[in-house]
Order: sequence, then C-alpha cells, then structure tokens
Amino acid sequence: MNKAVQGPEVIAPPRWLTPVGWAALLAFPAAQITGFLISAPDRAMGNLQKIMYVHVPSAWVAMVGFFVVFVASVRYLWSRDLKHDRLAAATAEVSVLFTGLTLALGSIWGRPTWGIWWTWDPRLTSTAIMLLIYVAYLALRSFTEDEERRARWSAAVGILGFLNVPIVYFSVKWWRTLHQVQTVDVTGAIGSAYAISLLINSIAFMILFAWLVGLRTQLAGLERQREAWLEEQALSRSDAHV
Amino acid sequence: MSNPAVLAAGVARRFGRRWVLRGIDLAIQPGQVVALTGRNGSGKTTLLRLIASILRPTRGEIQVFGFHTIREGASVRPLVGMLAHNAGIYDDLTAAENLVFALRMAGHSARRAPISEVLDRVGLTSFEFERVRGFSAGMRRRLGLARLLLRPPRLLLLDEPYASFDQDGIELVNEFAARIRDEGGAVILSTHDIGRAAVVADRRAHIADGLLGEQAIPGVPAAGGQP
Amino acid sequence: MNAEIQRVGAIVWKDLTAERRTKANFNSVVFLAGMILLLFGFAIGPGGEIIDAISGGVLWLTVLFSGVLSFNRSYEQELENGALEMLLLYPGDRRAIFVGKLLANLFFVLLVEVVMVPLAALLYDLPLWAHIGPLALVLVLGTIGFVTLGTFYAAMASRLRAREVMLPLLLFPMLVPLLVGAVQATGGILHGDLMGSTASWLKLLVVFDVIFFVAALLAFEHIIED
Repeated sequence: MNKAVQGPEVIAPPRWLTPVGWAALLAFPAAQITGFLISAPDRAMGNLQKIMYVHVPSAWVAMVGFFVVFVASVRYLWSRDLKHDRLAAATAEVSVLFTGLTLALGSIWGRPTWGIWWTWDPRLTSTAIMLLIYVAYLALRSFTEDEERRARWSAAVGILGFLNVPIVYFSVKWWRTLHQVQTVDVTGAIGSAYAISLLINSIAFMILFAWLVGLRTQLAGLERQREAWLEEQALSRSDAHV
Repeated sequence: MSNPAVLAAGVARRFGRRWVLRGIDLAIQPGQVVALTGRNGSGKTTLLRLIASILRPTRGEIQVFGFHTIREGASVRPLVGMLAHNAGIYDDLTAAENLVFALRMAGHSARRAPISEVLDRVGLTSFEFERVRGFSAGMRRRLGLARLLLRPPRLLLLDEPYASFDQDGIELVNEFAARIRDEGGAVILSTHDIGRAAVVADRRAHIADGLLGEQAIPGVPAAGGQP
Repeated sequence: MNAEIQRVGAIVWKDLTAERRTKANFNSVVFLAGMILLLFGFAIGPGGEIIDAISGGVLWLTVLFSGVLSFNRSYEQELENGALEMLLLYPGDRRAIFVGKLLANLFFVLLVEVVMVPLAALLYDLPLWAHIGPLALVLVLGTIGFVTLGTFYAAMASRLRAREVMLPLLLFPMLVPLLVGAVQATGGILHGDLMGSTASWLKLLVVFDVIFFVAALLAFEHIIED
C-alpha cells in the first residue's frame, strides 16, 4: 500500500525531458522571429501589438496548467500517491509564473494603448483573480509542514480553485457587460498572419511550459528521494532525529 | 480463531522530520490488558492515536479486530474508545450535555440513557448541570471516563489514565479496564506508574527510541510478541 | 441516513449552545459589523447619490469582513481541548461534521445580518422594508455560499499558525463571483433593476452555492483527518 516501505524510491528523470528542453530552446526564439517577420506591424498599434504573441499564449498555458493542477489533485486524493502531489505543486508554481507574466504584459500593453496601466477587462480581471487563488494555494503549501497533510490540503484547494475558473470568468464578464464598458477583444479582427504567428507562439509556449513543469517535478522528486534516503538513515540509527 | 484485538506490523510515524515511531510490531489478544510505558515524548500517545485510526501511519499497518485502521476506519471506530490527555470535553456545555452530545454522535438515542447513573459512578452527581468550564483536570477526566462507561468499547485506549486522578479515580479506571477485559475486549493503557498498572495489566510494552521492547517488571509478567 | 442527520443535529446543537452561553463572539462580530458600516460612511462622505450606487457593495463587504471572523472560531473550540480527536473517533460519516458546522455558522452569520442590515438601512437610508422579501432571498443565497467556503477553508486554516492570514487569503479570491452576484442583485433590488438582470444574478448565486457545497462536501473527509 505504501510504496516507501520497500526502501528509497528511485525517481528517474522522464525520458522526454531533455528533448523537450531542446525543443523549447529552439521553438521559443523561432516563434518570436516568425512573429516579427511574417505578420506586418498593426496599423493602429505598430509593433506594440507583438506583445500579444507573448501575452495571449502565456495566459493560455497558465489556464492549461490550472487544469493540470486540478487533474493531479483529484488523482492524488484518489491514490494518495505523492507523485501526483509533486506534479500539482510544480504545475501550480509554473502557472503562477505565467499568470504573473500575462498580467505584467497586459499592463505594458494597456499603458500606451489606452493610457492606463490597468483595465477591468473580463479576461484580465479573471486572470488576476486566478493569480490570487493559486498564490494562496502556494502559500498554504509553504505553511503546512507535514508532507502528507500538505498534499491533501493543497489538493482540495487546487480542486475548488479550478472549479471556480469558469464561474469567475462569466461573472466578471456579465458584470462588465452590465456597466457598458467596452470589452477590447484583442484576438478579434485578426488577419491570417496574426493567427498563424499566435498559433506558432502558443505551441512554443506549450513546449516551454511542459519543460519547466517537467524540470520542477523532477526536482521535487529528487528532493523526495533525498528525504527517503535520510528517512532510511534515521530509521536504522538509534537516534530518531534526522 | 478470532482476530487479535490489535495487530501492528512495522508501524512508523513521522511528524515533519522527526520519527516518533520507527517500527512497531505489536499483537494484543482479546482479554489482555497491556501497559504501555516509555519516557515523555517517546511516542506512547502517538501509538494510541494510530491504533484509534485517527492518525495514519507513515509506514506499516495496523488492524483492530481484523479491520484495517485506514482502509476500514469506519469499521474500526465503533469498536474503539479512548480516554485522551485532553478529554475532548466542551467547556461551555454542562457535564450532562457533553454526555448527550457524545451519545448522539455515536448514533445512539440520549433519551433513555443512564446519564445520571453514569455520572454518579464517576462521582460527578452534583455537577451534572454545571458547565465544564469550572471543572478541575481530574473532574474533566472523570467526565471523559463517564462517556466511555455509557458506551463501553471493545478496545479501550487509556492515555495516562492515572494522571490527575485521586486514589478513588484510579480504582475506577482499573475496575473499568478489568470489566472490558472480562467481557472479551482488550485494553492498552499508557503510564509512567507501572506500580498502579500492575493491578490490572497482564503485559508491559516499553517504547524507547521509537521501538517497542517488552520488559519484565516486578508483579507483571513480560510477554513476547505472541502471548 | 437517520443516524447522519442525528449527528449533524448534534453538532449544530452543540455549537449553537456553546455560542448562546458565551455570546462573546456574537457581540463582537455584530459590533465590528456596525463599526465597519460607520467607517464606510466616513470614507464615502455624506450625500445620497453615491451611497445609492454603492450600498450593495458596502453591505456585502461588511458581511464578508465581519463574518470571516466566525469561521476559525468554529474550529477553535474543537482544537482547544483535543475535541477534534474525539470527533474523528465517532463512528459514521465525517461529512456530518462539515454539514453541522456549516449550518451552525450559517445560523450565526444570518443572525448577525438580522442586526446589521437594518442598521445599514438606518445609516444609509435604504428602502429596506419595501423590498424585504427579495432582499432576504439575496442575503440567504449569498450567505450560504460564503459560509460553505468559509467553513471549508477554516477547517484547514484554523490548524495553521498563520490562521488569521491564511483564511482570508484562501477564502476571499474564491468569493469574487459571489460578491459580484450578490452586490449586483442587492443593488438591483434596492435601487431599481434597470437592466432586468437581478434574476440572472440570483441564478449565479444558486449555481455557486450548489457547486461549492457539493465539492466541499466531497473534499472535506480528506482535509479533516489528521
């Protein structure tokens, strides 16, 4: 039942990790270059519009990340296997990073476009709320010492947090519609060159995201392995302290 | 053959980085009273909580009357009664109300329960309708004992049952432990005071360094893993 | 099933009896709510139109900021004397603990609102009595969702050393849809529903309540064990 009983678990790095790392290293600059070369500067915004090639994909991968946290959390509670917890924690960290990036880029884009750093646009606002929810998730993890309790509690928070994603989005959207503030749809009115660049960038971001999550999960696995090794030491020594 | 009352195999428990228990093997048969000894912080309370199914072992597993404490916790809990250090009594309820609450939580009706009789047995008759807030430590533990008397468990876990009890209270505890034993249940009691436990205990198990050893003590025959 | 209802009832009875005996929490929460209402008044300044526009927001922020204090307290009495351990040792479904605590907290927060809302109406000259029925509906629906998540997150936060910080940190971002819906519905009821959207906001509150009640109920067993 408890896998740790058979001695220190050996966590090998997944075989896909290194190739994906290389792919990310190649795809990311390639996508950026494509973005600048194949799509002409926007008529109204000029090259400022290129921020969208980073802003939109990072929002998308963060959302995918929150879904991964949800699935991993459910699987942890189901199996009580800590590897799912490590995946959830790693994905949450990387997703928070990309959510922060999304917000920062949105701000940088908004300032010259609308003359303001922040707008209560539904997507931007929902993203900010998701950031708060998952920062709380990470804070809870850092305040909980016992690893098994931490895994259970943060899984619960990860599940409820994800259930809130659509509710937050639609409530904020209706709320803004009601106040008749124009929603600026940044993906609307797109040319095909724009769409292609966005697609390529999204794929590059996805690869980068997968690599970062894989790396972070692997690191957590190694930390666990070290713990397991220390546990063996402690259990076989006469002194029960690590 | 009936299941052992408690069967623990390789049980270890860690809190943060500290291993409180490192590998406990223990078998207790119905009809036995085991005295659990060890220094402060040696893990006596942790072991009792693990057996009661309110803690998960980090490693190893425990069965209580054949039921796995984690996978079949719902079957274990009705069999186990525990008198903890902190009796788990609510300060703002009266003594009688605390017992009514315990009965209802256990799924019993409180209507015809012998609450007054039980409070009389533990010497709290005149405090039946008083709030617990003013109770001394000894009175709280008497109330905790009353709760167990209302619904005698098959496996009785007593954590330091002799602490904060007077002579009369200690006799009450021993009497109750003997009754559970005679009815085919089992009792584990943790104590520093092996002399007092010697009256009822059949065996003594000693925890040191997170491991269990059985020692011979005057008046109590030591026993191996199997009696 | 009957045994579970009995357990839920026992928890509600126990929590409310303890609360009724001390009244310390009720008094302090009501006092705090009144103070927040006054402070909002000072922050906004006198004058009818602004108040009309934001009274729903003021009302709900006051509910949230004062109500949040009641959730950790609900578990404190379990942690004080090792009572949680006993609760976990009782046979039967541990979700009964959640439902019982939720109902006790719901009763408590609604009772605070019974004092607070008329006070708000008095201070801000709100047309309370003309709309008492619909307003009560919004308050109940909003409070159910608030208390459901509050009871759930406090089961974790109350056992942390940083409990005063962790509970709002976990709880408030989750409550954004509830806050938006409740404030819009309240505003619509009190000051005229120009867009005809109040019914939709009420539906949002119902959806929020149902989704999170079910989710919290299913997850509770995993967080209450030690």
